[in-house]
Amino acid sequence: METMIQIKDVTKTFVGKDNTVEALKGIDLEIHKGEIYGIIGMSGAGKSTLVRCLNFLERPTSGTVYIEGKDLAALNNSELRNMRTQIAMIFQHFNLLMQRTVIDNICFPMEITKTSKKDAEARARELLSIVGLTEKEKAYPAQLSGGQKQRVAIARALATNPKILLCDEATSALDPTTTKAILTLLKEINVKYGITIVIITHEMSVVQEICSHVAIIDEGTLAETGTVEEVFQRPRSKAAKKLVFQGERDQYEEMKGKRCIRIVFTSNSSFEPVIANMVLACNTPVNILLADTRDIGGVAHGQMILQLPEDEGIAEKMIQYLKNRKLEVEELDNYVG
Amino acid sequence: MWDNQTIMMIVEGTGVTLYMTLVSTLIAYALGLPLGIVLVVTAPGGLMPNKIIFKILDVVVNIVRSIPFLILLMLIIPFTRFIVGKSYGATATIVPLAIAAAPFVARLVESSLLEVDHGVIEAAQSMGAGNWTIIWKVLVAEARTSLIVGGTISLGTILGYSAMAGVVGGGGLGDIAIRYGYYRYQADIMIVTVVLLVALVQILQMIGTRLSRKLDRRITR
Repeated sequence: METMIQIKDVTKTFVGKDNTVEALKGIDLEIHKGEIYGIIGMSGAGKSTLVRCLNFLERPTSGTVYIEGKDLAALNNSELRNMRTQIAMIFQHFNLLMQRTVIDNICFPMEITKTSKKDAEARARELLSIVGLTEKEKAYPAQLSGGQKQRVAIARALATNPKILLCDEATSALDPTTTKAILTLLKEINVKYGITIVIITHEMSVVQEICSHVAIIDEGTLAETGTVEEVFQRPRSKAAKKLVFQGERDQYEEMKGKRCIRIVFTSNSSFEPVIANMVLACNTPVNILLADTRDIGGVAHGQMILQLPEDEGIAEKMIQYLKNRKLEVEELDNYVG
Repeated sequence: MWDNQTIMMIVEGTGVTLYMTLVSTLIAYALGLPLGIVLVVTAPGGLMPNKIIFKILDVVVNIVRSIPFLILLMLIIPFTRFIVGKSYGATATIVPLAIAAAPFVARLVESSLLEVDHGVIEAAQSMGAGNWTIIWKVLVAEARTSLIVGGTISLGTILGYSAMAGVVGGGGLGDIAIRYGYYRYQADIMIVTVVLLVALVQILQMIGTRLSRKLDRRITR
């Protein structure tokens, strides 16, 4: 697949008066054309800095950012501005011009590219119908709801037919229903126009909803990258586990010191009543501490956390039983959530 | 005492005061608006940070602002003579008025522009907007209601200053108040001029407030 964005060993250090902050510590990442790529991390992990390096709103301290093979650092100011018309961005707080109508907001990027007013307005109307806000053409942002404002921002971002759409916590200020609607819209845009989308978020549910790939960023480094399915099923790094199993911290605290295992179900295993059969086979009950299935990319996946009996022999037998049924078994003994 | 001549004088004085105030404000904005923009743009973290330019302008603005208007008025008499040809009368008063008000205007403009949300500027940058576009279409356009409020404050302040210029024969209502009310103890004329000055400030303030409200799209009606 064609590479759209390539990041090579990017670092960013902010030098303050009395402290320096290493926001990014050597990031390597490759994003292909047409992907919806999620970059997820806790706040302060460096994800907003990383996304700003993709259009050079922040210049990396070292390392290189290639967009379609072009090194951004090698561009002069006017070439960079030209490039930016191809890399649109939407924001958490929408960042619309409050003194302009909806349609004039959408026309703004086309003023920058010197599109004629007539063409710009025609294009803006077309975009308004795509985002479903045709009747709000003459409204001002202050008269719109959060979701509507983000729709205007999306229309504005698409005005110049960009190849890439960067979303910086674009749904973090919205309620769950509106978030879902905005994500659906982004997905539609991705499918319809083949725009590569990079989504910065701290919510795993956003990644789960629409991303094909995900990178997990933790304290300025990439902890893990891969397809969403891979990372969800087999989170390897501590940061990934923390994000994938958000909200399970309390259970882990409780389980400390006892022998617990996590079982991961994949699509081909979830039909058999495997736990029940295991209990029957071993003649010993187990404690189910957590059971969860979720829909990832249209395929049902699940995980379960079991507390094993104290008898080591039976515990081993159980693990073996599960492994024999091609389930992934992971010990959680010393896991600190 | 309230003969036609006196009334004519007061009417004329009102006109002269308005003339001085409006023209001075205009010139003060011609100087202060770009100055305020440069202050915002060159400030640390601005669009084009430049420590040297920012520091110089910052200090100059502070110095001019801290000189009392009456002192400044006399201090620049040679300059006023050079520009206008004489150092008294309404037109000559415009020179010190504009010079005294320009840094004040610059500060008002600066604070208005700083109110513009940084995120909106960032959004414009992400679209590939150049600095010129950002200054006019984002900073100034988004801050316009605040700029109008600032303009109204400037008008009121400059009107007050223009009355002070009466001390040195500056013309206008202030001049009349000093010559008749103060030197000749004609309290009635003094009261009339003061009432007129108050009325002028009120009217200007009202127009400014209405205009800025009317142009503000952030208010939902």
